[in-house]
Amino acid sequence: MSLDLPKEIEPAIELVGIDKKFGAVHANKNINLTVAKGSIHGIIGENGAGKSTLMSILYGFYHADHGEIRISGKPISIRDSQAAIAAGIGMVHQHFMLVENFTVLENVMLGAEGGQLLRKGVASARKELKHLEDDYGLEVDPDAVVEELPVGSQQRVEILKALYRGAEILILDEPTGVLTPAEADHLFKVLRVLRDQGKTIILITHKLREIMAITDTVSVMRRGEMVATRKTSETTVEELAELMVGRRVLLHVEKGDANPGRVLLSVRNLSVKDARGVTMVDNVSFDVRAGEIVGIAGVAGNGQSELLEAIAGIRKPASGEIFIDGNPVAGIDPAGLRDLGLAHIPEDRHHMGLVLKFEEYENSILGYHRDQRYGRGAMLDLDAMRKDAEEKIAKYDIRPPNPRLKTANFSGGNQQKIVVAREIERDPNVLIIGQPTRGVDIGAIEFIHKRIIDMRDAGKAVLLVSVELDEIRSLSDRILVMFAGKVVGEKTGDAGEQTLGLMMAGIAA
Amino acid sequence: MDYFDIFIGILGSAIRLSIPLLFTALAGLFSERAGIFDIGLEGKMLVSAFASACAAYWTGNAWLGLMAGIVVAIAFSFLHGFASITNRGNQIVSGVALNFVAAGLTIVLGQAWFGQGGRTAQVPGSGRFTPIILPGADAMREVPILGPLYANVISGNNILTYIAFLMVPISWWVLYRTRFGLRLRAVGENPGAVDTAGISVSWLRYRALIVTGFLAGFAGTYLAIAQSAAFINNMSAGKGYIALAALIFAKWKPVPVMLACLLFGFLDAFANFMQGKSIPLIGEVPVQIFQALPYILTCVLLAGFIGIARPPKAGGVPYTKER
Repeated sequence: MSLDLPKEIEPAIELVGIDKKFGAVHANKNINLTVAKGSIHGIIGENGAGKSTLMSILYGFYHADHGEIRISGKPISIRDSQAAIAAGIGMVHQHFMLVENFTVLENVMLGAEGGQLLRKGVASARKELKHLEDDYGLEVDPDAVVEELPVGSQQRVEILKALYRGAEILILDEPTGVLTPAEADHLFKVLRVLRDQGKTIILITHKLREIMAITDTVSVMRRGEMVATRKTSETTVEELAELMVGRRVLLHVEKGDANPGRVLLSVRNLSVKDARGVTMVDNVSFDVRAGEIVGIAGVAGNGQSELLEAIAGIRKPASGEIFIDGNPVAGIDPAGLRDLGLAHIPEDRHHMGLVLKFEEYENSILGYHRDQRYGRGAMLDLDAMRKDAEEKIAKYDIRPPNPRLKTANFSGGNQQKIVVAREIERDPNVLIIGQPTRGVDIGAIEFIHKRIIDMRDAGKAVLLVSVELDEIRSLSDRILVMFAGKVVGEKTGDAGEQTLGLMMAGIAA
Repeated sequence: MDYFDIFIGILGSAIRLSIPLLFTALAGLFSERAGIFDIGLEGKMLVSAFASACAAYWTGNAWLGLMAGIVVAIAFSFLHGFASITNRGNQIVSGVALNFVAAGLTIVLGQAWFGQGGRTAQVPGSGRFTPIILPGADAMREVPILGPLYANVISGNNILTYIAFLMVPISWWVLYRTRFGLRLRAVGENPGAVDTAGISVSWLRYRALIVTGFLAGFAGTYLAIAQSAAFINNMSAGKGYIALAALIFAKWKPVPVMLACLLFGFLDAFANFMQGKSIPLIGEVPVQIFQALPYILTCVLLAGFIGIARPPKAGGVPYTKER
C-alpha cells in the first residue's frame, strides 16, 4: 500500500514488492513503501512484525528474495552495507555499532579513512566534524573516548558517522530506548533540523507517542505485511495501536485505588557496590506495603539493577538492612529468599531469567526444582513438571502451547510470560520485577500489566523497576526516582512526566 | 669473575632467550587484537621451526629456511582461520588441535625424512643465521661498562634478533597509524561496527592471521637455525604459551610486549644461571621456581593486582550477523 504523494514531492526511497523468507518464517510479504524526500517517516509494528528485516534489506545486511529498491527514482541493487552507504543510506542501530575504547574521531573515520595511512584522514575528519556540528547542532568532543560518553552522546556519534559518510537517508532503529526524556527531546530537535535541511529520516519504533510527536507520515507493519500508511496528522494513537495488533487494545492500564496494608518489604540504609568497587546504591531506604506497587524510575545505570539484585539476594550489600515481613534477610541466598515468600522477575530474561537451551517446562520450574511437587530426593518427576507447565501455558496464554519446545524458539513476549508465570504462580508475598515488558509486544504488555495489578489487589507488595517511564507511571501507586545511586525523590503515581524527567536527570528533587 | 661480567653474561643470554618470545607474542598480538584467540602459537612455532630446518638443510640457505618457516606458519594460520572464522568454530579448540597436529606431524615427517628419531639433520653453517659482530665491537671492549655492554649484549647477535626488535616499532606503527591497524583493532572490539561500516569482517581477520603466521614463522626459524642448528622434537617447549602469557602481561600493547618478553627471557636466563648454585643462607633454589615465575606473574596480573588486563572485547567470539 503506498501513499498518494502530491506530484511535486519526490520520493527518496521506494520499495516495490519486497519479499523475504527465513526458512519457514515469512518475514516480509510483498512490501510496498514510498518515503518522501525531506520527511520523517515512522515505521511501527510489534516485535517480529518484520520492521528490522525490512531495514536490514535496505542496509544490505540481507538480500530480498523478490522486489526492487529505488533510490531517488533509480532502481539499485544493495549487495552489502558498502553499497548502501554508497547509495547515501546511513543507519543508527538500536545497539550502537561503536568501538567503545576508540575516540569519537576514530569511530567516525572507521571505514572512511581516506587512504592507507591515518594521518591525512584524521585532519580532514576533524574539519568535517566541526562542519557537521555547526550545521546540525550535533555537539561531541572528537577526542573523547566513546565508552566515557553518556548514551545520548554515543547516539550522536552514530548519527555523525552516517552523516560523515554522506548519508541522505537516515534510518534510526528504536533510537529512544536508552535515552532520558530530555535526551530524546534533543534527538528529536536534531532530527527536525536534519529534515529541514533536506535529509530523509526513517524512524523505527514501537512507541506510539514518539510517532505522534515527530513523524510526518507513519506506516504500520503486522506479521510481515505493511498494513497501512497514514499521514501522522490524520491518525490517532488508538487507530495505530489497533492496526499494529489487529484488534482493539487497552492502552491505559485500568486499576482501582490502592489499599496499602502493613509493610512487607523494607529497605534501610542500603548501599551496594559493583565488581569495580564503585558504589552503585548509596544509602537507600524505603518501604513497600501489602497491596501497593512502588515503582522505581531512573535512567538505566543509576543503581536500579544493583538494588534489585541486592534485594533478590544475588548481590551482597556493602551495608544496610533488608527486611521481608519484619525479618532481616540481607545475606540470605536467593533460594532462601524464595522460601520466605519473595519472587523475582529479573531484568534480563535471557541472562538471568531463563536457560534458552532448556525446554519450556524445564524453565517453568527453574529455581523451584527442589519443591516436593516436582520430585523427590535427587529425582525429578518429569510428568508432574510437564503437567504443571501445561497449566501455566493455558493460564498465561503462552504460544505455541508446547512445553517440550526449546525456550529459545519462543518470541520475546512469550519468553517473558514463562518467567512471569513461574514467579507469580508461586503466590509470593513480595514480588520484585525488573523491566517487565522490555522487548515484549503490546498484546503481551497488556497481559503482564494486568497480572501485576492482580498481584497488588491480592494484597501483595510489588516493587517495580523499569526504564520505561510510561510503564512506571501507569502501574505505580508511588514512584521513587533514582539518580546516581540515591533515591532523589518520591512522587505519587500520577506525577507528571516532566517532573519525573527532571528528577531522573538529577536536576530537580 | 666479577659481578658485572656475570650480569652482562645473563643479559646477553636473556636477549637470546627472549627473541622467540618476542616474535611469537607480536604474532599473537595481531590475531588477538583482531578478536581471534590463538592458543595455537606454540604449534605454529613448532611447524615453522621444522620447515625452516628442513629447507635450510636442503638448500643450504638460511633465508630460504626463513621463507619456508613463514609459509608453513601462514598455512597453519589459514587452517585456524578456516575453522574459527569461516566455520565459526571454537577458537580454543581449533588452536589446541593445531598444537597436537604440529607436535605429531613434525615427529612423523622428521622420522620419515631423516630417520633420526624426529630430529632433522645438522644444518650446515651457510644455512644458519650466525652472530654478526657490529663495527667497533672489539675496539669498544676496553671501555668501562659501555664497552662490554656493546660488545657482548648489543653486538654479536644474529640478524633475526635485530629484526625482532625492529618489529616492535613497526607493529606499533601498523596498529596505530594505518588504516589496516585501525580496522584490525576495531574488529577485535566490535565486529558489528566494522561490518556496518561496509568492511568484510572475515577478510580483515584472515589478513590479521596472515600477519600472525608471518611473525610466528620468524619465531620458529629463530629456534631451529639461529639458536640451534637443527630441529629437535618439541623444541618450542612451551614457549608459545609463555609468549601468550607475555602478551596478556603486556595488556595487548606492542612496547609492553617487548618489555614483558625481555623480563620473561631474563627470568629464564637467571634460572639457567642459578642451576646448581646456592644462595647464602637459603641454599640451592630449585630452578623450577624461576621457570614458573612468568606464569605466576601472569596469574597475579590477571587476578587484578597489577592494573586490569582487559582483553579485546570480541576476542574468542565468532562473528555472526544478528537476525
